[in-house]
Amino acid sequence: MNKLNRRDFLRLAGGASVVSGLSLAGCASNPKTGSSSKKVVVIGGGFGGGTAAKYIKKFDPSVDVTLIEYQKTYTTCPGSNWVLGGLKDLKSITHTYDAMKNKHGVNVIHGWVSVIDAENQKVQLSSGESIGYDRLIVSPGIDFKFDTIEGYSEKDVGSVPHAWKAGPQTTLLRNQLVAMPDGGTFVIAPPPNPFRCPPGPYERVSMVAHYFKQHKPKSKILVLDAKPKFSKQKLFMKGWEDLYGYGTDNSMIEWVGAPDGKVTKVDVKTKTAYAGDLEEAVKADVLNIIPAQKAGSIAAATGLTNDSGWCPVDPKTWESTLIPNVHVIGDSAIQSPLPKSGYAANSEAKVCAAAIVDLLNGREPGEPSWVNTCYSLVGPKYGISVAMVYDLTKEGKIGKVKGSGGLTAMDASRRKEANYSENWLINISNDIFG
Amino acid sequence: MTLKSLITTTSIAVCSLMGLHSIAFADSHGGANHMGRTIGVSCAGCHGTDGVSHSPHLRSISELSEEKIVTALKKFKSGERKGSIMNRIAKGYTDEQITAVAHYFATVNK
Repeated sequence: MNKLNRRDFLRLAGGASVVSGLSLAGCASNPKTGSSSKKVVVIGGGFGGGTAAKYIKKFDPSVDVTLIEYQKTYTTCPGSNWVLGGLKDLKSITHTYDAMKNKHGVNVIHGWVSVIDAENQKVQLSSGESIGYDRLIVSPGIDFKFDTIEGYSEKDVGSVPHAWKAGPQTTLLRNQLVAMPDGGTFVIAPPPNPFRCPPGPYERVSMVAHYFKQHKPKSKILVLDAKPKFSKQKLFMKGWEDLYGYGTDNSMIEWVGAPDGKVTKVDVKTKTAYAGDLEEAVKADVLNIIPAQKAGSIAAATGLTNDSGWCPVDPKTWESTLIPNVHVIGDSAIQSPLPKSGYAANSEAKVCAAAIVDLLNGREPGEPSWVNTCYSLVGPKYGISVAMVYDLTKEGKIGKVKGSGGLTAMDASRRKEANYSENWLINISNDIFG
Repeated sequence: MTLKSLITTTSIAVCSLMGLHSIAFADSHGGANHMGRTIGVSCAGCHGTDGVSHSPHLRSISELSEEKIVTALKKFKSGERKGSIMNRIAKGYTDEQITAVAHYFATVNK
């Protein structure tokens, strides 16, 4: 069906040989893959790719779905700040692909994609294996622009972690915080927009503050921000006031926004950050640099990115506007006004999965709808959120549905939202890996 | 005949020819059902796959009747029922969409 456009389809369907036309549409033999089945390959087994693989099988079990993910287990970024705060251990947010394989019938290959051959609709693995596809979903998440802060490169992440991909980096930062003496300073440098999980750095600040309050009350947190403002700012600052003395002389947290807070240079050896036009030096005991971001490297290598470093897509199907039959979902895609969040990636994946099943079966994809809810914990019993419903505008772009969504009300129960936060992670993780 | 109905009709015809159950196609691409499913699967992020929650604090939608889902969503939408999250989400849907999503949860995997 991938070589049969809508006009061809209608011509065939509307002509004399409806049956033969449609059998072509429904069970096309792909000249590129040489297969008579419907083959989808998904690259990346996180919130986007994992959801897409499972839901394609759910929507149409006859589709042959192969998921390529280099890690044997997946640790969710949501919840990783809770590990830093000592609320959870890493194991509780780490998942296997067993259900994907055994319960949902997805072929899971733990390997590394070396080349996407879009012309011939094939994916080449570093093992030498080659897999053909009718439709490809690319969901590689983010990579870092290591050239944006002088003195900080990929080789430095072992001493100055970013911890913006959950797993060993989370453990490293946690261990550094635990080893830090009371009275020390934790310096965190959140990235410029757009980046994965807009409220994430501020939840991290909150969780580290919670840990310090319990175990190292003389310690300080300095936020050197590349932005002049941030997601859920009023709610976070109110939470910091309520829990960590923010705004008083005894505040545990100090936030400095751009331009003064923008980190331009780092001395990794002495854990010194230089911020603002005057390059003021700040010595940290634990330093957490979260660099500027771009789409996962395979996207750029394939030619799926534009000048912004992210991937333009048609949001109705999430098909790349640059390469046909290749769909990009999750953090790598240009998805605004949807944020680069786990919930949004999960929602995008389902729209993409439904559209691909429709296209493989010769149907026009239906009207999409998306939801996002981003929860953050300010303290163990103090949750806040931002939510929104999205639809497709008349111009074919993603739009916020007027009147919907918004922030947690100032008088809403923070305890309830903390419960929702924790339980959301259980349910969405199960929706992907269960 | 519109494009959508042409495709739906012909798809069902082919399905039958192929010996598949036509409902499977109607479910995945029939007007209201398509709308209900599209919205319904997006609820799973919080409420669990097919509305089956694995956590004590987020409600399983699957155990509610179609009527109860419609009533609850309309009350959240109007503000008659207080909420923290659902009041914000419900305002994003038309009454037609609410009916469709309630029907989806009342019928999915049942």
